[in-house]
Amino acid sequence: MTAAGSAQLDGGFEVSRRGVGLAVRDLRVETTAGSAVVVDEIAFDVAPGEVFGLVGESGSGKTTIGLALLGHTRRGLRITGGEVLLNGRSVFAASPRELRSLRGSEIAYVPQDPASALHPLRRVRTQVSAGLRAHRSGSDVDSRVAEVLDEVGLPSDREMLRRLPHELSGGQQQRVALAMAFVCRPSVIVLDEPTTGLDVTIQRRVLETVRTLCSAYGVAAVYVSHDLAVIANLASSVAVLYAGRVVEYGPSKLVFSSPVHPYTRGLLESVPLADRRKTLHGIPGRVPRPGQRPRGCAFAPRCVARTESCLASPPASCQVGTRLVRCIHAEELLHQHSASHPGSATTTSTAGRADGSPGRGSLAAELAAPADPQEGPQAESASAPAPQDQPRLTIRRLTASYGEVQVLAEVDLSLARNESIAVVGESGAGKTTLAQCIVGLHTRWSGEIDLDGLALSKQATRRDRESLRKIQYIFQNPYLSLNPRKTILETITAPMQHFFSWSGAEALERAAEALRSVSLEPDNLYRYPDQLSGGERQRVAIARALAAQPTVLVCDEITSALDVSVQAAIVELLVRLRQEQQLSLVFITHNLALVRNVAEVCVVLSAGRIVEAGRVEDVLERPTDPYTAELVANIPSLFREGVGAR
Amino acid sequence: MLRAFSHRHPFTALIIRRSVVGVVTLFVVSVLIFGATEVLPGNAAYAVLGHSASPAELHALERQLHLDRSVVDQYGAWVGGIFRGDLGRSLANGTSVWSFTEARLVNSMILVVLAGVIGSLLAVALGIAAAARKDTWLDDAMSGIALAVTALPEFVVAITLVILFSTVAFHVLPGVSVFAPGTYAWSGPRRLVLPVASLVLIIVPYIFRMTRAAMIEALESEYVELSELHGVSRVRVLLFYALPTSLPPIVQVVALTFLYLAGGIVIVENVFAYPGIGQGLVNAVNARDIPVIQFIVLVLAAFYIVVNIVADVTVLALTPRRRSRA
Amino acid sequence: MNPVVGLARRRGVGRTGRSQGVLWRAAKTSRGAFGLVLSGAIVVLAAVGPLVSPHSATAFVAQPFAHPDASNLLGGDILGRDVLSRVLNGGWVLLIMAFLATVVGVGVGAMAGIVAAYVRGVGDGAIMRTVDVILAFPQLVFALLLVSVVGAKLWLIVVAVGISHAPQVARVLRAAAMDVAERPFVKAMELNGVRARTIVWREMLPNLTTPVTVEFGLRLTYSIVVMAGLAFLGFGQAPPAPNWGYMISENRIGLVENPWAVVVPALLIALLTVGVNMFGDAVARVSMGAAGRKGELAVASTSIGAMEPPAFLSADGPHSLQPAARNDVPG
Repeated sequence: MTAAGSAQLDGGFEVSRRGVGLAVRDLRVETTAGSAVVVDEIAFDVAPGEVFGLVGESGSGKTTIGLALLGHTRRGLRITGGEVLLNGRSVFAASPRELRSLRGSEIAYVPQDPASALHPLRRVRTQVSAGLRAHRSGSDVDSRVAEVLDEVGLPSDREMLRRLPHELSGGQQQRVALAMAFVCRPSVIVLDEPTTGLDVTIQRRVLETVRTLCSAYGVAAVYVSHDLAVIANLASSVAVLYAGRVVEYGPSKLVFSSPVHPYTRGLLESVPLADRRKTLHGIPGRVPRPGQRPRGCAFAPRCVARTESCLASPPASCQVGTRLVRCIHAEELLHQHSASHPGSATTTSTAGRADGSPGRGSLAAELAAPADPQEGPQAESASAPAPQDQPRLTIRRLTASYGEVQVLAEVDLSLARNESIAVVGESGAGKTTLAQCIVGLHTRWSGEIDLDGLALSKQATRRDRESLRKIQYIFQNPYLSLNPRKTILETITAPMQHFFSWSGAEALERAAEALRSVSLEPDNLYRYPDQLSGGERQRVAIARALAAQPTVLVCDEITSALDVSVQAAIVELLVRLRQEQQLSLVFITHNLALVRNVAEVCVVLSAGRIVEAGRVEDVLERPTDPYTAELVANIPSLFREGVGAR
Repeated sequence: MLRAFSHRHPFTALIIRRSVVGVVTLFVVSVLIFGATEVLPGNAAYAVLGHSASPAELHALERQLHLDRSVVDQYGAWVGGIFRGDLGRSLANGTSVWSFTEARLVNSMILVVLAGVIGSLLAVALGIAAAARKDTWLDDAMSGIALAVTALPEFVVAITLVILFSTVAFHVLPGVSVFAPGTYAWSGPRRLVLPVASLVLIIVPYIFRMTRAAMIEALESEYVELSELHGVSRVRVLLFYALPTSLPPIVQVVALTFLYLAGGIVIVENVFAYPGIGQGLVNAVNARDIPVIQFIVLVLAAFYIVVNIVADVTVLALTPRRRSRA
Repeated sequence: MNPVVGLARRRGVGRTGRSQGVLWRAAKTSRGAFGLVLSGAIVVLAAVGPLVSPHSATAFVAQPFAHPDASNLLGGDILGRDVLSRVLNGGWVLLIMAFLATVVGVGVGAMAGIVAAYVRGVGDGAIMRTVDVILAFPQLVFALLLVSVVGAKLWLIVVAVGISHAPQVARVLRAAAMDVAERPFVKAMELNGVRARTIVWREMLPNLTTPVTVEFGLRLTYSIVVMAGLAFLGFGQAPPAPNWGYMISENRIGLVENPWAVVVPALLIALLTVGVNMFGDAVARVSMGAAGRKGELAVASTSIGAMEPPAFLSADGPHSLQPAARNDVPG
């Protein structure tokens, strides 16, 4: 039994019968060369006025699906099966001319990166009115343009109309893209992660706009994203994608509070929560690429609940309550929770942990129970440094600038032994500059930075060897932080040779040890970086840093370029390493929600100044500074009031 | 204050800046040219007149060439002469350098302008067509041919045309383009055809490749994708979305082509015995006719610099983002 | 070993993707293979030719512009020498000179570019301004200028052509070196206090071999073109030494009587340059793909080097208006 058309779900899911909104059946996209399947058996319905969420990590095929809804594919792909019904009319059966008339007027698209999706030479007025001129000739262009700009929250004066894209901020660009999509009042809108890369505050406003416009005009919206919290707050129903197939589909409130499919559970386990403490668990292994998917269930290699039958053939979608789940163990998994937690729909972490040991207690139990003193960063309060212990790192009155622009002003910070500080702030706040000053990459600063009581010089090349060894830095981009011409072995042993003069067999042994400590197999030593995934490369970067046996680790947004499940694994790793090696950590991130899982102390930077500092719980739950308060309030959360309701 | 000025009038500031740099470069180049030709192993006069010259004749020539003065003086005399309009006398035939080279200059300009304009227009049109039909047999064929032709030396192309149209295969066009000395090329248009055609054939594949590449990159961009998703017609996308953003690299490549032509005419003129400055230069080099060499090379360098400035300014005009940052 | 981890990592040890040699991968593409074979054939002909030539290249064996017959398969040239023998003997000097000129040009240019990127500041400015001045001449004219001064000595021609390549190579290598120097893995070494010399040698240079190889392939074509062109104009080996370029020029007069004297050397030069260019283009294409910049523009702008770069266009070559690529694209 497949999901194609035959599963009848209650509520607004019988869209195809009523002939309105969007209905997708059995969509299949393959590569043109080699016919590798990219997405398959995709089916969902979206009623007018409803927001539907399509969730997946990279490699899941979500963007491909989003584009396919408009009958479009990127180079190297083609649609080989299925149907997309737009108000009852088939998109794939349309002639090229019909398709062109549909696009923009009946179904519209909002791209992910407005900076590259807006034509660099066209002014706002031309961009927004393009759709009108193509589809609604004869209408009053100017008044409609002003109207829609107003609706998206942009001024409609002459000055704004004349602007070119590079004269707009990121948030403004995205609003222009929204205006372009809504200008012809389409019935369906596909939004492809439109708020990725935007600051949290702006993101919240853009999402508000989307929600308002959709309900006001009865637009059926498909919101594609990897950010579960955003989807939880926006969408009424959601489909979770893994390796090109929908593994779970149902009302978002239900899916997020009591996920059935092991991947969904694993995903939820790895999402950090801002409003309460939670131990993050990553999903080991990596996503198979199209053409390399296993014969059986695509998730089986990484799933702890798998059995022999999972490896034989891909599972079909089966109905479980009001949901469709693609797992042969769906019923059991659903009953498993109801049995262990009668009366409450909660999750069991069956996805397992990175080192293969069985999962811990339920998420809800963790959420409800008081903080476990053995868990996570808070455990360190037991062995917290006595007040007379010298802090590892002291920063006093640090002021830094780029050319004439001041980026940091009078920053004071103190990092104790075995302590972890999270430095948060929006883009441009100066977080990276701070990290670079500490480490000696950025030299135009004044003030003092002391390591173990000794003042550090501004430039790394002037510092003595021991100081350099003790502070290690991990970069944000895993794809650029390893030398592509060196094997992993050479990369890891370089600092060893430099600081300790180990070589030959001893270095090899220690390198293998280093890899094991970051949960990588020693046979990776002979590989080159391009054979490893992003998460694996970041682990190697950590291993390289640890090879110098530092006392302070500076991590500059090290998980921002990684998927959420991979991020969780890296954070897990860091927590463990800290405990084992008594490291002090400076963790830079823009993701406030991550802070709880990584640090005890939190420092908030805004425009180069520290506006709030204190223990993590205090900063997040009882912020004293209004900027911080707004920042915290803007974080979309999975479990706020009214999650997924509507 | 300078900064404020350049902020408010980015264009003018750029033109001024580039012109100043251009003049300085020209100056440096002239020193180089002068240095290269004057710092000869051996005596220039001797080299020109040969063994049999009497000492008196040698002295006379040396005085004429200012060889009896210091190097710096000589340079000063040369530069001063240029400003006064006196470029010296050709060593080969005694006439003034200017009257000797004037007609040649014009003839070469005719070649360069004709070939440049025809070639650019043709190549850009072909490039757009190829990009629009990417991955079809037509595009593959055009790209393959372009890649092959672009590798051929100029004289191979020229000789092939001569063989085909003039001597061996057909006999429709003259294989040489000799004009009476001092006449201009437009007096015998048929004799222009093959030289211009050779140059066009040489430059078209080059501009074609760049145009095609720039258009393809534009067509694969996200803003073109978005315009397709908004239902804009294919033709509009090609001409109004993709072409405008491809113009900067196209302009740059056309500029490069004109620069190339300055050197490419040397060989083509030789093949067709066309009386231009390319031929003039080769003859002068063979005869060690130093004043002529100096002048022609200086003209070429100046041409280079001017074309560069024009190209830079045009590209800046087409790129609003950089304009605001300039 | 954790079965989960083992399953997820089934690839073997060894270089894959971009860590494999660029030349090797280029040779595997259809255009690259074609170019390699074509140019290889001509190189072999030029190298082996002198050994199999039926007559001496300078002996007079027939009437001027005699038609082809049994003993002179391609007929006679302007002075009655055997065209076939002259063809077989007339290539190897040209090839060696072109190769050497490319080596000189790429060597000098790469050093200049890397040094400029390394020293930054004033030294960088000085080097690049010098480069710009050399660029104010067409390549051929530059060579002619030098030749007019010193005379048509072979070593001078090699040096002149080589130096005229240097500026573009310097530009490209400078940009590449600066790009590499900014990458986190180089900074990581700086942060450990590793000496600059060690960093350049161990971290940067291995990452610059690809641009150097690409430039070499592209420059080689033009070296051959310019060398042949100079020979055509008479600035090459002194007569009566056989030289493909000069043969075309000297035998032009007899095109009607014995076209082979012109056609065959022209054809050989053409095939050689086309082959080398195709291979060079394939190398450029493959290296762009590996670096993740699949844009056609990137490939074309690199290949642009086949012709002269201008003095004042932006140092990084043709610009498009495409916004900067997001750097989360895996390399």
